[in-house]
Amino acid sequence: MLKDITIGQYFPIDSIIHRLDPRFKIVMTLIFIIMLFTGESFVCMGISAVYTLIAVFLSRIKLRMFWKSIKPLMPFLLVTAVLNLLFVSDGDVYFHWKFIKITSDGINVSVFMIIRIVLLIIGSSLLTYTTSPITLTDAVEKLLSPLKRFKFPVHELAMMMSIALRFIPTLIEETDRIISAQKARGAEIDTGNLTDRAKNMVSILIPLFISAFRRADELATAMECRCYNGGEGRTRLRQLKSALRDYTALAVTILFFVCVILLNIFI
Amino acid sequence: MAVLKTEELTYIYSQGTPFEKTAVDHVNLEINEGEIIGIMGHTGSGKSTLIQHFNGLLKGTSGKIYLDGKDIWADKSGIRSVRFRVGLVFQYPEYQIFEETVYKDIAFGCRNMGLDDKEIKRRVVETAHDIGLPEEILKKSPFELSGGQKRRVAIAGVMAMNPRVLILDEPTAGLDPMGRDRIFEYIKAYHKKTGNTILIVSHSMEDIARFADRILVMNNGRVFCFDETEKVFSRAEEISHIGLDVPQITKVFMELKKHGLDFGTEVYTVDYAKEVILKKLKERGIIC
Repeated sequence: MLKDITIGQYFPIDSIIHRLDPRFKIVMTLIFIIMLFTGESFVCMGISAVYTLIAVFLSRIKLRMFWKSIKPLMPFLLVTAVLNLLFVSDGDVYFHWKFIKITSDGINVSVFMIIRIVLLIIGSSLLTYTTSPITLTDAVEKLLSPLKRFKFPVHELAMMMSIALRFIPTLIEETDRIISAQKARGAEIDTGNLTDRAKNMVSILIPLFISAFRRADELATAMECRCYNGGEGRTRLRQLKSALRDYTALAVTILFFVCVILLNIFI
Repeated sequence: MAVLKTEELTYIYSQGTPFEKTAVDHVNLEINEGEIIGIMGHTGSGKSTLIQHFNGLLKGTSGKIYLDGKDIWADKSGIRSVRFRVGLVFQYPEYQIFEETVYKDIAFGCRNMGLDDKEIKRRVVETAHDIGLPEEILKKSPFELSGGQKRRVAIAGVMAMNPRVLILDEPTAGLDPMGRDRIFEYIKAYHKKTGNTILIVSHSMEDIARFADRILVMNNGRVFCFDETEKVFSRAEEISHIGLDVPQITKVFMELKKHGLDFGTEVYTVDYAKEVILKKLKERGIIC
């Protein structure tokens, strides 16, 4: 069951999107998110959807993978839709019963919100699906480096981020193993009543915390053994280089963004 | 009668993603009551995945598993009782320890079985004794113990459930030679006392050779061979070919064969080697 978590997962295949400079990808994702939230009409969402689909197509990642990242957020999507449906009371009334009033605007708004959130999930998943965690944090460090002037610990932050990302799969694996080991001793993890399950959570959390602390301790020692002492004077194995395709992709993104803004102004 | 039986068991990891991998590939096995089975195979050969099928932690993508002639997945709600009958000790089992006292941790499995306190106490004290843990340790926190002791506490936790089939995944990994020998002794004593079937995964050929009635060799998710110990080691050359180690004494005999002294390579213990050499010498009339 834990294997289904796709947050931060990276699919190592080769595509144009994979090869883009991660700094540009982060910037483009940000522009995309702003584009989604400035877009006020269905036409804007349509343009954003076209942009998303092109990117998804170019990334050569199966659509099913995106469905996997949408699925866990379904309850959230449904609640948003239902709330909008019930509380937007302008427009033509289609259905009225006691306090429940369904209007044309309500339907419009909830459909609009669903599209917006789904596109948001797909777009941001695309970033992590096509960028390895290491290059992603490298890019974050580079993008934030101007903040160093204000004594902001950019390198430390990036290092923490990359360690955290690096250990997500390890901890998931560890959790899986501990769950299996306790299940083998007859613990009821996904069956049984609520109190039993809560009790059995302890049997998973304690070993997990112990192992997380042990790992942190070992990692710190290993880093010190290799004379790690912060970001001062560190060089990189892989230098980030931007190429023509990165500028082209950025230009296309900005073009879409401008379209959305113009549409907002003129319709 | 076969206590455990698999039919065309297949397991595919992450089906439908770029990470898809067949870990267990059409495995057919029959394991008899009271046997000790050694399982060998290099990392990624599918042995750990295979053993997790035996107690229903994993469900095969296709194929069937029978415990005492009954399909373990025939009744989904019965899967928990399967886990009490097939005990599985994971690799590095000391990482699953969580209770505040050794006693409570060994008792965890028995408590889940729903045994009464008296029976639990009897079993915990007895198992701890059998695995060489002194009684005063039972009141201590498991986190104060040494690595070897922790390992034994974790193994005792599964043994105390008295499963008909006990599976151990590399029970001696990371222990010093003394700790390793002791664990094997305890497992042997347990087998003698209970007569339960034991499956043991190990990388130490010496130990497996001394210990097992039959050996299962896995390679790339398939059964490479599953036979009596002598017969498996008579294929020593093939086994070294798939990247597995053979006992040192078998290596000596393989080398002798290369130099024209063919005694066969089914030799896997020093005692047996002595016997074989003496017999050959007698045949040639060198000694009498």
